[in-house]
Amino acid sequence: MDQALSQLCETVRAASESRTPLLIRAGGTKDFYGNTAEGTLLDPRRVAGIVDYEPTELVVTARAGTSLSELEQLLTENGQMLAFEPPHFGANATIGGCIAAGLSGPRRVSFGPTYGGVRDFVLGARLVDGRGELLSFGGTVMKNVAGYDVSRLLAGSMGILGVIAEVSIKVLPRPISHHTLCFEMPEVAAVYKLNEWAGRPLPLSASVWYDGALYLRLAGASAAVSAARLQLGGEDFDNRQADAFWTSIREQTHPFFDGDAPLWRISVPSTAPVLSIDEPSLIEWNGSLRWLRTNRSAEQVRECARQAGGHATLFRGGDRSAGAFTPLTPPIAAIHRRLKTQFDPANIFNRGRLYPDL
Amino acid sequence: MRRAYEGAGAAGRRTRQSFMIRAMDSATPAPSSPAERSLPVDAIRQRSLVAALRAFLPEDAVLFREEDTRPYECDGLTLFRQLPMIVALPETEDQIRRILRLCHEHKVPVVPRGAGTGLSGSALPHHAGLLLSLAKLNRILSIDARARTATVQPGVRNLAISEAAARHRLYYAPDPSSQIACTIGGNVAENSGGVHCLKYGLTVHNVLRVRGLTSDGEPVEFGGLAPDAPGLDLLALVVGSEGMLAVVTEVTVRLVPVAQTARCIMASFADIGEAGDAVAALIADGIIPAGLEMLDQAASRLVEPFANAGYDLDAAAVLLCESDGTPEEVAEEIERMSAVLLAARATRIQVSNSEAERLRFWAGRKNAFPAAGRASPAYYCMDGTIPRRRLGEVLKAIQALEPKYRLRCPNVFHAGDGNLHPLILFDDADPDSVARAEAFGAEILELCVQMGGTVTGEHGVGVEKLDQMCSQFGRPTLDAFLAVKGAFDPAGLLNPGKVIPTLHRCAEYGRMRVHGGKIRFPELPRF
Repeated sequence: MDQALSQLCETVRAASESRTPLLIRAGGTKDFYGNTAEGTLLDPRRVAGIVDYEPTELVVTARAGTSLSELEQLLTENGQMLAFEPPHFGANATIGGCIAAGLSGPRRVSFGPTYGGVRDFVLGARLVDGRGELLSFGGTVMKNVAGYDVSRLLAGSMGILGVIAEVSIKVLPRPISHHTLCFEMPEVAAVYKLNEWAGRPLPLSASVWYDGALYLRLAGASAAVSAARLQLGGEDFDNRQADAFWTSIREQTHPFFDGDAPLWRISVPSTAPVLSIDEPSLIEWNGSLRWLRTNRSAEQVRECARQAGGHATLFRGGDRSAGAFTPLTPPIAAIHRRLKTQFDPANIFNRGRLYPDL
Repeated sequence: MRRAYEGAGAAGRRTRQSFMIRAMDSATPAPSSPAERSLPVDAIRQRSLVAALRAFLPEDAVLFREEDTRPYECDGLTLFRQLPMIVALPETEDQIRRILRLCHEHKVPVVPRGAGTGLSGSALPHHAGLLLSLAKLNRILSIDARARTATVQPGVRNLAISEAAARHRLYYAPDPSSQIACTIGGNVAENSGGVHCLKYGLTVHNVLRVRGLTSDGEPVEFGGLAPDAPGLDLLALVVGSEGMLAVVTEVTVRLVPVAQTARCIMASFADIGEAGDAVAALIADGIIPAGLEMLDQAASRLVEPFANAGYDLDAAAVLLCESDGTPEEVAEEIERMSAVLLAARATRIQVSNSEAERLRFWAGRKNAFPAAGRASPAYYCMDGTIPRRRLGEVLKAIQALEPKYRLRCPNVFHAGDGNLHPLILFDDADPDSVARAEAFGAEILELCVQMGGTVTGEHGVGVEKLDQMCSQFGRPTLDAFLAVKGAFDPAGLLNPGKVIPTLHRCAEYGRMRVHGGKIRFPELPRF
């Protein structure tokens, strides 16, 4: 174990002994996300650097404090990418924060090998638990069923189980060809069409509906992309403009995300009807992710999501007194509490960031 | 399928168990009488549980006589056998809930079982436990073609889902070789893979939601039809948990559109290392084939007389490389892949020109296990995964071990994801051959760990690889696994003794490795 890592373990051990709450924070690009946690700042950015990257293995292993941009730059140079297209939300994003937040970008709902969110690409992780012990889960190979898949559990865990020290992630080749199409259509038609297209073997890589227009990104073998363009019709989008457009969706710099109205992230089954709250919305992931700008109460928004068969997260702004995340059912909450106690017996990590009692 | 043998330790346990069951057979469950007090305590326990179960289950859904429980004594790994105290065959979730509550109340271990095709002994019964067969919960509850999902009961066979979805031009992607028999509940327990998982993912990537019951019978739901279920991703833990965290009662899977067409390249290589390099070259070229499988020469020669696949028997290795998609896409990809394979020193290349020919290419690979069963009295299938770049090295090392153990070991494997299936051929009637096979297998798994890989890619740990878990993970990580188990099942009643080795066991294994002695069967924990 090198010095940065052993120091991290030592810091955690000391905090555990004195029962000092820790707030794990690297670049701070996702401070807005989740509930507010308080504690002594623990910045894991000294635990940084690429540990191993062999492009033909389709795996990269990096220390948690590695800059997300640098990591993606390295992959780009080798014709590869993080398939889940994570948002950075700022220049200082780290891979550790990216895994802990578990947020995926437009490509999450795509066809073929690139399908999946952060958790789908995590192969292994090293975690400093609440005793200051360094644990290793999973590995660097594509298939591994030795022991429980704790490394995937860390995706979206918001730092409540421990400090992620290192992750191994499956990476994929960048698509040879991509192209964006645009269609004018109302929300109902867009959701209908998206589900119809997703049931056909088309190289769909991302979708957004906003303000009467549906944007569709195709990616894959050149032949597949050209064949799909012919089949689908629609208007062509200039490729350079298209890249900027998809980045603005991923990074939430698109005009939809401007202003102060609370931003809700509503997850629903992709075929769910138009939400009962009639406020500005933007739809991703073939209909299964619906962003909503509304001042309605958390109760109203959560009820609306529930009616649509999903759940709602208060993503940015608004009143967090009802919690950023949808409350858990009692048996699931009980499993959460026991997991938290097992991994973090002194209850020091990111207290309350995910749920008030965790 | 003949696979392996029965070890001395297992036989010992079986004799003890048989005696106990025989003592039971003379009397049907009835109020206790003075004569019964002389029965072993387990028999009294068995009798009272059978009576309690029959209060809500039909008579033929509760088995306890040896002739009835015998078919459940092992799963696909026949190396380990154990009669359960009781077998229960519920038909509804409510019955499962009542079984679990009863067992929880009486602290009776519960071992869930699907079709029993698992290869690592995850469904090996507990001698003092209840074997919970989910085979009767075999209904496809709904297929939503628009949302591209299927909701099924755990006892539905893997292939039955794809068959039911076929009329919508959809299918369920993970395709383990046992897909005609294995159930989705078992697939969830083992995180099963298949030949197409490099491109389409494992079970964990294709299951959206699992409904289940905790060990005390509480209904729980993991994941959901809406993405990113709130809280921690418990579904990621449940998939691959080998029935130790919850009993699965309903599964919703993702369906994907059927590709318009598929073609397969069969490539020959004069050197196994070059074949391994060719796999890396394909990936380096940015190609993710729909399937990428390899057979070494011993395996090709083993399967060819059986399958008539047309394999090049002079080649050191045969690589099967599939492309699927639209006809234009497949044509483009086949051209690229052929060029890469030729540049990587393939000595012969043949591209399937019809669906019949494509299936013929695959017939050899898919029939490797039956062919091994025909060529040898028994075989032992290993399941290590290694970084792809080590393929050639590991295969050569395995070949070099053949003389040491005086056993043949053909290799078939999922080359795309580095998942090896060495098939150790041995004679199950010869105890010495059995011992050599077991030691050979253990050495292969150790080799996989040393190469930075894992002892199991898709078959699970079960009871088979408990010792190798000690090599792969340090004690703190093993303790964390125990902690996860405890968080879901505080009473420790769901499938106890599987997957996570005890501290004592690892200490023993360490000593045995040092002394090079034969690994004994440990006593299963008693309740």
